[in-house]
Amino acid sequence: MITIFGIPLQAFLGQLLLGLVNGSFYAILSLGLAVIFGLLNVINFAHGALYMFGAFLAWMGLAYFDLNYWVMLALAPLIVGFFGILIEKFLLKHLYKLDHLYGLLLTFGITLLMEGLFRSFYGVSGQPYSTPEALRSATNLGFMVLPNYRAWVVVASVVVCLLTWFVIERTRLGAVLRAGTENPRLVEAFGVNVPLMITLTYGFGVALAGFAGVLAAPILQISPLMGSNLIIVVFAVVVIGGMGSILGAIVTGLGLGLIEGLTKVFWPEASSTVVFIIMAIVLLLRPAGLFGKEK
Amino acid sequence: MNRQVFGYLLFTVFLLAIPLLGIYPIFAMKIMCYALFACAFNLLLGFTGLLSFGHAAFLGTAAYASGHAMKVWGISTELGILYGVAMAGVLGLAMGALAIRRSGIYFAMITLALSQMVYFFFLQAKFTGGEDGLQGVPRGTLFGLIDLKNDLNLYYLIVAIFMFGYFLIWRIVHSPFGQVLKAIRENEPRAISLGYDVERFKLLAFVLSAMLAGLAGSAKMLIFVSATLSDATWQMSGLVILMTLIGGLGTLVGPVIGAFIIVLLENKVGDFGAAMANVTGIEWFTRLGESVTIVIGLIFVICVLSFRRGLVGEANAWLEKRRGSPAQS
Repeated sequence: MITIFGIPLQAFLGQLLLGLVNGSFYAILSLGLAVIFGLLNVINFAHGALYMFGAFLAWMGLAYFDLNYWVMLALAPLIVGFFGILIEKFLLKHLYKLDHLYGLLLTFGITLLMEGLFRSFYGVSGQPYSTPEALRSATNLGFMVLPNYRAWVVVASVVVCLLTWFVIERTRLGAVLRAGTENPRLVEAFGVNVPLMITLTYGFGVALAGFAGVLAAPILQISPLMGSNLIIVVFAVVVIGGMGSILGAIVTGLGLGLIEGLTKVFWPEASSTVVFIIMAIVLLLRPAGLFGKEK
Repeated sequence: MNRQVFGYLLFTVFLLAIPLLGIYPIFAMKIMCYALFACAFNLLLGFTGLLSFGHAAFLGTAAYASGHAMKVWGISTELGILYGVAMAGVLGLAMGALAIRRSGIYFAMITLALSQMVYFFFLQAKFTGGEDGLQGVPRGTLFGLIDLKNDLNLYYLIVAIFMFGYFLIWRIVHSPFGQVLKAIRENEPRAISLGYDVERFKLLAFVLSAMLAGLAGSAKMLIFVSATLSDATWQMSGLVILMTLIGGLGTLVGPVIGAFIIVLLENKVGDFGAAMANVTGIEWFTRLGESVTIVIGLIFVICVLSFRRGLVGEANAWLEKRRGSPAQS
């Protein structure tokens, strides 16, 4: 058997792939956070809860309405996005004139509310969700056996991230969006409906979280707390990458996932803290973050 | 001012008399612990304008440090408390030094992430007992004289700790140092341009707040003779924010009232749920007790949206409006 640093190659690559899968979730979530922060100046704590909501929607779709994975993969982000629009319209909207911290606190409250509600209905133990049939098998690549579903998660996440990057950086719609980030009042003067744009942006960012949730459903246990454990790591990812650049968020997310996977192989005890340690180092060396601009 | 002093005296007498009034002392002690914790947190958010989302780390660190020192090393109670406070201070220095490198929203995220790291450390470290926590710590005797196994003796020690912490914060806020902190809160660039080394002030405030939070943590450990992981969770960090917010940011008394309300709520929400289930016939309400988070989250949302000054802040505003005099702090 081929080994690398004394570890079987299959196990090594398996952990790397798992790291990459986690990294995909980091990438999608931190991307959503960055998009929302750019326009709203709100750090959306509820991102984790909405990711959890997405995963639960996938499970509920199957359990109550017999809607399969693929239908929910399209439907759940729409529902989560719509839910986000409601949050923005009725709650967040009232806080824009205040200190940014209140946005964080409000979304924190929403997180507790959602988690508590789901917990009161489904308990803390996870709900199982089976992998869609088409992706259940594994492909033998010769040097490793690749579980198809995990590969799909990575590919789907990267495609969605790149599409988002393309829309924001390369289209007219994205140009308006970026202009709105720079100077919303001027953009409004040009006749763009900025409040609507803000609402839709929040809805979109949150829909990304819902999408990630559906992707995660077959891999992770669907439990009410799955989101908040993730979101804190994502916060660290955002601090490391800086929120200035879309590509930066994607690269940082995937990269940290990989590093986490590597740590799991070589020093399992540190795998839950390695992202935070990297954050501390980055803060010491480059406080604005790897891709951030000092403001 | 005289009325204020009178109020404090009255409150002190009330605290001292609580055991005589038949109020369960453990319950009163728990409130005082959380109140001190919230006051410490408020020193940072209310008076310096820094939102720390990781204050549970200090509560937990001090609880574990004191508990470990007293149980395993067998050192005396007063030294155990001091050791816990010192460890919280060291952690505060490290976390603060990292976190003040960014401001505003990033500061909150960094403190949250670092406290989560501390949480994972406690989860895995050998001396903390992992998920079980550190159980059965001997309370010991104070200065080798007063037996703390007696709840009443412990109660008066906790009152003393709480009063000490509260008046220390009162002293800090009203000192020249406290004025600089307020200046930083109001307008950081101006404080810098006036020549204040803002980073050092922030760091000192952070460490002080961490140590006071640690004092609350050590005290909490003494009361429940255990240190558990829940002391160090992000939920605890969120809870202390809510206590401060509900009572009144930047007021001295606010966090105490906030802590009282939240502890009361945590204890009584189950009864309330049962009563609601009785009245409405909806069985779901009985589960409210298990998921206090729903209620906490709801209060959070309401507070942020329409009650940002908190109880004390609103009361002050109302008094000033009635008096029709200009604002005074």
